[in-house]
Amino acid sequence: MRLQVNHRTTYKFDPPMRGVAQSLRLWPSLFEGQSVLDWNVDIDGAIRGANFRDGAGDLIETATFLGTVEEVVIEVSGTVETTDLSGVLKGHREKVPPLAYVRRGPFTHPSPAIRDLATEAVMGAENPLAQAHALAAAVGEAIAYTPGETDAQTTAAEALDAGHGVCQDHAHTLVAAAICLDIPARYVTGYLHAEGDIAEASHAWAEIYVQGLGWVGFDASNRVCPDERYIRLGSGFDSIDAAPIRGVSQGAGAELMDVDVTVLDAGQQ
Amino acid sequence: MVEKPIYFNEMGMDGAVRPPYAGLDSWAADMPDEFRNTKQSEAEALFRRIGITFAVYGEGGDPDRLIPFDMFPRIFAANEWRKLDRGVKQRAKALNAFLMDVYGRGEIVKAGKIPGRLVYQNEAYEKSVVGIKPPRGVYSHIVGIDLVRTGPDEFFVLEDNCRTPSGVSYMLENREIMMRMFPQLFRENRIAPVENYPAQLKRTLASVAPEKCDGEPTIAILTPGHFNSAYYEHSFLADMMGVALVEGQDLFVKGDFCYMRTTEGPKKVDVIYRRIDDAFIDPLCFRPESMLGVPGLMNVYRSGGVAIASAPGAGVADDKAIYTFVPDMIRFYLGEEPILNNVPTWQCSKGDDMKYVTENLAELVVKEVHGSGGYGMLVGPRSTKEQIEAFRAKIENDPSNYIAQPTLALSTCPTFVEEGIAPRHVDLRPYCLVGENIELVPGGLTRVALTEGSLVVNSSQGGGVKDTWVMAE
Amino acid sequence: MTLLARHAENLFWIGRLVERAETVARLFEVGSRNALIPNTSGGFRNEWESVLQASGTAGRFEEKYGDDVRERNVESFLFFDSDNPSSVASCVESARENARIVRTSLTSQTWDALNNAHQEMRELKRTERSKLSMNDLIDWTLRTAALIRGTIEDTQLRIDGYDFLNIGTYLERADSTARLLDVKYFVLLPQVDFVGTGLDNYQWRTILRALSAHRAFNWAYGGEVTAMKIADFLILNRKAPRSLITCAEEACWHLDRLARGYGTTTEAQTQARSLVAKLSEITVDDIFDEGLHEFLSRSINEIAGLSAVISEVYLIGEAR
Repeated sequence: MRLQVNHRTTYKFDPPMRGVAQSLRLWPSLFEGQSVLDWNVDIDGAIRGANFRDGAGDLIETATFLGTVEEVVIEVSGTVETTDLSGVLKGHREKVPPLAYVRRGPFTHPSPAIRDLATEAVMGAENPLAQAHALAAAVGEAIAYTPGETDAQTTAAEALDAGHGVCQDHAHTLVAAAICLDIPARYVTGYLHAEGDIAEASHAWAEIYVQGLGWVGFDASNRVCPDERYIRLGSGFDSIDAAPIRGVSQGAGAELMDVDVTVLDAGQQ
Repeated sequence: MVEKPIYFNEMGMDGAVRPPYAGLDSWAADMPDEFRNTKQSEAEALFRRIGITFAVYGEGGDPDRLIPFDMFPRIFAANEWRKLDRGVKQRAKALNAFLMDVYGRGEIVKAGKIPGRLVYQNEAYEKSVVGIKPPRGVYSHIVGIDLVRTGPDEFFVLEDNCRTPSGVSYMLENREIMMRMFPQLFRENRIAPVENYPAQLKRTLASVAPEKCDGEPTIAILTPGHFNSAYYEHSFLADMMGVALVEGQDLFVKGDFCYMRTTEGPKKVDVIYRRIDDAFIDPLCFRPESMLGVPGLMNVYRSGGVAIASAPGAGVADDKAIYTFVPDMIRFYLGEEPILNNVPTWQCSKGDDMKYVTENLAELVVKEVHGSGGYGMLVGPRSTKEQIEAFRAKIENDPSNYIAQPTLALSTCPTFVEEGIAPRHVDLRPYCLVGENIELVPGGLTRVALTEGSLVVNSSQGGGVKDTWVMAE
Repeated sequence: MTLLARHAENLFWIGRLVERAETVARLFEVGSRNALIPNTSGGFRNEWESVLQASGTAGRFEEKYGDDVRERNVESFLFFDSDNPSSVASCVESARENARIVRTSLTSQTWDALNNAHQEMRELKRTERSKLSMNDLIDWTLRTAALIRGTIEDTQLRIDGYDFLNIGTYLERADSTARLLDVKYFVLLPQVDFVGTGLDNYQWRTILRALSAHRAFNWAYGGEVTAMKIADFLILNRKAPRSLITCAEEACWHLDRLARGYGTTTEAQTQARSLVAKLSEITVDDIFDEGLHEFLSRSINEIAGLSAVISEVYLIGEAR
């Protein structure tokens, strides 16, 4: 599938900030499931540099603004050719050992409820892949997709208690459930070409390390493994660690963020 | 009944003075009380004047408290030091090889020498620096090895410090004050100098400047600020090296590099000797709420624009759970036998070990895996039954958080006390520098437990410090 | 060696704070002397109120003591209160804290002077209030400030840090002279009737005394004390060590040294020179034509403006 992405993030600061620094993880991952035809990240007025590919395979770049900053606009646009690999992250070059992802963070700390959910889900699952599927299904079951019930600070334990959430909550809970069974798992961000289903063009899901297969994606929100409708950007322990845009600004101003994303099937145009 | 252990007195036993202390026997014995008191208050006044004080985190009280200084020096003969020198350097080399390996291919784990779980699931393991090769492959540029002695030729390593071992300013100031107060001692004894340490540290840091830096590298010490208990040391080292002492707010990232704010505008910084913890270095990479760090610094570091000493992630090598494996590291990476021994250690996370520990609590020292400063620790032989039982409950509640070691018969060194001169237990922390070369200044920080019979030398628990002499060849 | 912008700011503030401690003590003196004069009219309630106005802490005082403007309260507030950032104790403590941060930029004599001031202040704070005389407190502050400035002058290397110490001192001094004069004219005597009366003269003399300029004034002008003469002395006379023009010239001189050392002239030098030029050209008649209060308010703003520019150019570290 040929997917065309237009993604504009606008930050407005009132009163203006004195200096902003951002770390960007906004480039499609390199693996057999996707090949980039063209890709641009434009940020007006930013000083850019300090770019590198990290141990998890993500391309990272730094953008800074010195002096007075009222507004930052980040425009991402490009086209990616995707293939359905049933979620398997095939041909992705990375150096971080999977065991490094068995770590509890503030978002993924397992509550007794998460522990119970995980233990119950894998009962009877015959192999690691079946276990991973069972975990994803259980999380999708336990947390109904309901926008507006949770926010960016909601932890996995809280989302599970509430029984409602969005893709971020599904991904956190799936990661938390896997790591309390000592199975490596991580939070993944990217784009989704959504037709009618759950419309989150800017999307997040989880990856679970399956012995023999490597990293495999699971989207508990949509109860599928990422296919050709998905574009993968990067990964981390949780939504903060994996964030496509992570920023710090100096000053006491309020920050207003506005995001506009479209992911179109360029083949149909 | 517990037998009273016999401690090795470094000065000698039963009247026979061991050679390194020969010159000091009469010096101390002949010193009139009054003169000694005058000197002691003179020393205190000097310490207070230079502002070398120590605030214990969380203890409150006087932030300007002085660490007690004992004037009786702790002495090593040249041949004794030769062994320590080789042993410490060997260890520093192996620890760096380990770090290079576990952030790269992980051969030692693949070879089954260390369980991957202990390394990669360790809190101190930083996945964000995997695959990053720091200049010259050095992660831990200043390695502090905590040693104790139990006999004429028996040394044990208690702990490795690969992050930012503190206390070196005491090594330098203790010497400075001894030389000022007792110049004659230094004329009569041939004592190896330690004063080159700042110059060596500066050379070490300069030697790990990133490739992108051309010309003389600009070095800065990054401190959490003047409220930090070690601020004196940070400013002392900056002053001795002639480099800037910066806080996070003094640095900023622009493009590929990191700059400091000076009165003449931004100035590029090439090497940062940081005295803040990993979690606080960069809010864009680690703890997002950190106000101490520099946003974007980790990206500059990882793209080769600046060197950071010690490298973020270096802490995985000095973790108490990893400590047990250091002798294996030495064999694995260097193909050598360890020169310095580890203290036998029981991991409470292991069933058999746990059993042994709980059955022998009264004879063991039990420590928290991530604890430091002598806190959260049980010294079995010096604890009451109630204390032991209370601690047993803590261990049983979270076994993996505890390790246990035998109570070592720490050596003693003569120390000035109320009643005159008496033996007190001591340990030693030498500071090994790793850059283009591996260097060790002949000396270190000797800490002394000033309370009679106490084995806890931490300054936060009533410990003091001594000048440490290494006799020249 | 490079001077960190933040450290330059610490040095700048050491200069300012030491000077501020001294100003508060001098204001104290004005208050205590004026309080010896009988309260002749309902035009002003209390001499102490004007002292609080001049130190810029009247609002904070009211929060704490309401309208109980008694000498004892004012003394605690202006001298010892750590909630009042302008009290002598606060100034001494934060000057010492600033010094601790830049310990390595100071000579051991300068450090000792600042550190001892801090230790002595702790001692004073512990002393029973009834055993302290106000005169001793004032004397202690003036002596301590003089000692600190003396060690700076006699021992500090003449590098950029020294200039920042001095720029802080002179900007603070210019500001406090302007405020002291303004209080006298605007707050102390709201009723025009008093101008030129015996009471007025007594109060003017007190201000001179507080600025240790009593004899200097007599030496320079002689005869009758008039508002015009005092304004001329404290604003335009280059011989007066605390006059606006002297402070502006000193600040300008140190800024010029910075420009030479760094090889670049900035907006800070331009503004400082323009301030000196204006003060050189104006006469005391011009000042009274404009209105003393108006002139002083304008000057206070200009000094604050210069301070802001210096901060922008040197103390943030992003310029250029």
